[in-house]
Amino acid sequence: MGLLSKKDAALITDPFADNNPITIQVLGICSALAITAELKASIVMAISVLFVLGLGNVVISLMRNIIPSKIRIIVQLIVVATLVIIVDQVLKAFAYELSKTLGAFIGLIITNCIIMGRFEAFALANKPWRSFLDGIGNALGYGVILIIVGFFRELLGSGTLLGFPVLGNPIAGEKTGLYALGYENNGFMLLAPMALIVVGIIIWIQRSRNEALIED
Amino acid sequence: MEHLELFFKSIFIDNMVFATFLGMCSYLAVSKKVTTAVGLGAAVIFVLAVTVPLNWLLDQYILQPGALVWLGPEYAEYDLSFLSFILFIATIATMVQLVEIIVEKFSPSLYNSLGIFLPLIAVNCAILGGSLFMQSREIASLGLATTYGIGSGIGWFLAILAIAAIREKIRYSSIPAPLRGLGITFIVTGLMAIGFMSFGGMLTGGEEEAKEAPKTEVVKVIKKEDAKATEVKETPTELSPSKDLANNTKEIQE
Repeated sequence: MGLLSKKDAALITDPFADNNPITIQVLGICSALAITAELKASIVMAISVLFVLGLGNVVISLMRNIIPSKIRIIVQLIVVATLVIIVDQVLKAFAYELSKTLGAFIGLIITNCIIMGRFEAFALANKPWRSFLDGIGNALGYGVILIIVGFFRELLGSGTLLGFPVLGNPIAGEKTGLYALGYENNGFMLLAPMALIVVGIIIWIQRSRNEALIED
Repeated sequence: MEHLELFFKSIFIDNMVFATFLGMCSYLAVSKKVTTAVGLGAAVIFVLAVTVPLNWLLDQYILQPGALVWLGPEYAEYDLSFLSFILFIATIATMVQLVEIIVEKFSPSLYNSLGIFLPLIAVNCAILGGSLFMQSREIASLGLATTYGIGSGIGWFLAILAIAAIREKIRYSSIPAPLRGLGITFIVTGLMAIGFMSFGGMLTGGEEEAKEAPKTEVVKVIKKEDAKATEVKETPTELSPSKDLANNTKEIQE
């Protein structure tokens, strides 16, 4: 990346692993668990958060010197709520089925702790360009986890990826691929508790590889 | 009767933490000690009990399509539901500020023990989620909305109490190092969520409301578990979209 200095590039790459919003900072868990039963929903949610966090960081950073400290939470909430309303309306207009699947969780992006967390921790004290990069970086880190969880849950839970059956045809009488060998979909993966366990396993793997992240 | 059913449904079956994962961030962050967990849980119950009915009134008389008729018949086609997010979050932020002032005045010790968590409740997904689910499930009356708010709050309180108690004890077990702290909390919460799924059969058995739940579950099961391309993708009823992805009362068919 020729046009970004080393420090700036770090803003984007750090949240991928070392400072991942979900597994290290423990932010944004709610939506990461609830909507990852389908890979498509995870991707759309990741893109929505990218938009809201990137733009939101820039807006807050531009206003950082004029927001009075006492009402900054309210100002942040208004900025996020407006951006989320835009995302929601765009989704309703161009991807109605998906917006029904995501349901209330698009609205819950407003209270997604990553967004408020990054506003407080970064945007309020840094210039717009760096805030933008920080927002993008954290949203990408969040998106990566979402996509991994969504990938495994959809693949193991319904044998499809993005809606396309990839393990063969599971309908009795025309079984092909893995199903012909006796494989059955693990329906449990589509249910709520498995998302928690999959994220727990991701945390396990991540901390085994990087000992510095282990807690006390 | 409806109230009792909704009350138990929102505590056990649609538990905010185990079924729909709302409020996970503070749930994970605050559950290291039982005393703080109890304080936060109580605050959440209180805030939910106040904001859900208030937002119901807002939704009923301002936001819903056709809600503005009380201003005059020419307003019947107005649909302000796109403003829901901003209005809900505004009421929540205001109510939390009010609650903070009241608590500080009447119980300074509670105020001190809650510390930073009281203002943080405003951005807790559980509170906004409670209002949004109340809206998407089209809860019918003010009384029901209050029951729903209190029930959801109690469900959240139960969840954080349980995990705090477990985490306190688990500090003395020999857990693999990478799993210590956050990792094991996730896995234990997952196991508790599986446990709570056992409440799924609690209220079925010929009741009007319960009949809707199995119907949407079957629709979902057909959508998800059969790769039949020919199956018509029925758009589920209003009840299911938000339950769709996080519903843990779905029956697993072979």
